[in-house]
Amino acid sequence: MKITFPHMGNTHIVIKAILNGLKLDVIPPPPITNRTLELGIKHSPEFACMPLKINVGNFIEAIEMGANTVVMAGGWGPCRFGYYAQVERDILHDLGYDIEMYILEAPDLKFTELLGQLRDLAGNVSFYEALKALNFAWYKIKAIETLEKRFEYLLPRVNDKFLVEKFYDKSLEAIDLAKNKKSVDKEVAFYLKRLNSLPINNEELLKIGLIGEIYTILEPESNYDIMRHLGRLNVDVTRSIYISDWLNDHLLGGYVKKSNRKKIIDCANPYLNYWVGGHGQETIGNAVNFAEQGYDGLIQIGPLTCMPEIVAHSILGKVSEMENIPCMTLYFDEHSGSAGINTRIEAFVDMLSRKQYGNQSLII
Amino acid sequence: MKKVGIPHSLFYYYHYPLWKTFFADLGAKVVTSPATNRLIIDQGINLAVDELCFPIKSYYGHVMELSYQPLDYIFIPRLVSIEHKGYICPKFMGLPDMIKASIPNLPEVIDITIDLSKSDKTLNKDIIKLGQLFTHNKRLIKDALEHATNEFYLCRSLTKQGYTMAEAIKIWEGEEITYSQESEITIGVLGHGYSLYDEMLSMDIVNKLRNLKCRVVLPEYLEREKVENAAATIPKRVFWTLGRKMVGSALHMEEIQEVDGIIYLACFGCGPDSLIGEIIERKIIDKPFMLLTIDEHTGEGGIMTRLEAFCDMLHRRRYKVDENNLSAHG
Repeated sequence: MKITFPHMGNTHIVIKAILNGLKLDVIPPPPITNRTLELGIKHSPEFACMPLKINVGNFIEAIEMGANTVVMAGGWGPCRFGYYAQVERDILHDLGYDIEMYILEAPDLKFTELLGQLRDLAGNVSFYEALKALNFAWYKIKAIETLEKRFEYLLPRVNDKFLVEKFYDKSLEAIDLAKNKKSVDKEVAFYLKRLNSLPINNEELLKIGLIGEIYTILEPESNYDIMRHLGRLNVDVTRSIYISDWLNDHLLGGYVKKSNRKKIIDCANPYLNYWVGGHGQETIGNAVNFAEQGYDGLIQIGPLTCMPEIVAHSILGKVSEMENIPCMTLYFDEHSGSAGINTRIEAFVDMLSRKQYGNQSLII
Repeated sequence: MKKVGIPHSLFYYYHYPLWKTFFADLGAKVVTSPATNRLIIDQGINLAVDELCFPIKSYYGHVMELSYQPLDYIFIPRLVSIEHKGYICPKFMGLPDMIKASIPNLPEVIDITIDLSKSDKTLNKDIIKLGQLFTHNKRLIKDALEHATNEFYLCRSLTKQGYTMAEAIKIWEGEEITYSQESEITIGVLGHGYSLYDEMLSMDIVNKLRNLKCRVVLPEYLEREKVENAAATIPKRVFWTLGRKMVGSALHMEEIQEVDGIIYLACFGCGPDSLIGEIIERKIIDKPFMLLTIDEHTGEGGIMTRLEAFCDMLHRRRYKVDENNLSAHG
């Protein structure tokens, strides 16, 4: 049994760690490229949202490399994601691939049930070993996020952007290869030192909050790498979602670390008073929260036709008006012209910096 | 007398008789917006975010239309779920908030939450609370609810005679409806009721097909139990109520021998439709299937051409036996 799974940002490192810990043969899909997207677009329903298309591309490329089992998450709506796995299985079977689809019916589920499902998959692994694998994976998540946060902090501040990006990319590779907690610690310390050694520019920066749908925020290939693009424009970006927060809130019952989800949901009042699936309510809550923290602007991102984000988008205009914070919404689909997106981002940033100048009553 | 406005859109086509009777029994006057027209659609398109689906855009227009009138309340329920473990669509869950964020100076909005996904106990309490806006007599509210439910089923039963929900509502209100009964072929037509039965949104494809001498079979016409059973053959239960009805109806229609072909009317940008259409397309093997996508474009000619071509093809399949090796996919 050779297992594969879909990409979502840096989570492939974590999923690989879990499956390896369960003594399973893993074939991670190759990094997302234009070919991945082309394959996905060709075989997926036309109006499905972007993550499904990338998933299908991932699976096909992994199957070409020899994978014969696909692990995918499920769910119970109302967001489309809950039905992804079913459609993807039909697509792959109709294409003639003889694969088995293993669907983890998260995120509605309790942690213990997930553990049980993982053990079903693994078969001959003891409960202790399964727990150990998850523990190690959690350790890697924390290491990755330490590096991510440091990288996001440094990118707009350091003059030599190229080096920051290079060190960060290398650090992720090193974490992926680390076999135990000790070597994870060692790599984190090593790369943090290298990152911190770069000279910093202490100007005051524009602060933008990045809100929206989880996949689009976490997967750089689905958002034209908007985080780095903004960083290169010397904008300090804070994103609303980190994978550890999501896992903590939805899978681990909020016990592993302190959760501010309740606060965010409270912030959405009175604009959006009900859960709308996906991250719709969180998007509005985070928008208000960022505005209260004095951010200069907000960018909402999501895949085209994403239902919860459209609800949030419809309300965001009101939030922008009442909380007095500029907002821009970007939807991503399969079109590959990044210049259009970049122009819009640059124009938005220019507008924000002018607004800041305006506050200081300077005339350009 | 208090006036309540109900937009003539979305779940109007399913639940109007229920709410109308309920409010009328409590002594309120129910006002609806006119049937969808170009002006309403244009207003909606101006107000709504571009990425929203067509039916919701037209709903914005209907609410706007109502907001010009002197009303005490406007009824915009938050429809989360109308059955156990099933949802409608995220957009319905945020609808009152979306409307409030976009249309200023609305009369007081009744945004009762209808959520039967876990239990129906809270709903009864909420409805009584809703009734208390009009009367303090709890007995009266309970009677009104019972009467309303009966009227709802009465209106619903008209669809078994081959009427669309929109026509059933008109008949329920006392109008007379006739359409040409002449039929040479039978076509199953599927789609969300709020787009299919809205004569403006769907470009009246039901009547267009009837004029092309087709008998139209709609999801409401089928036996509910058989639809549910057919839907249960899918590996994972579809958690969108309307989506499951569509999948079940399509699979059931494939088994009904007299149905010659199936048309699915989808909305551009509709989340559930994008996957449900795909599932149906992959499962319907023996009968011709056509997916029509509608949005705010107004080119009726394109739709007409496709319907005519589809009907011609079905006609040939049915009446020229030696030519039945034509492709089943249109």
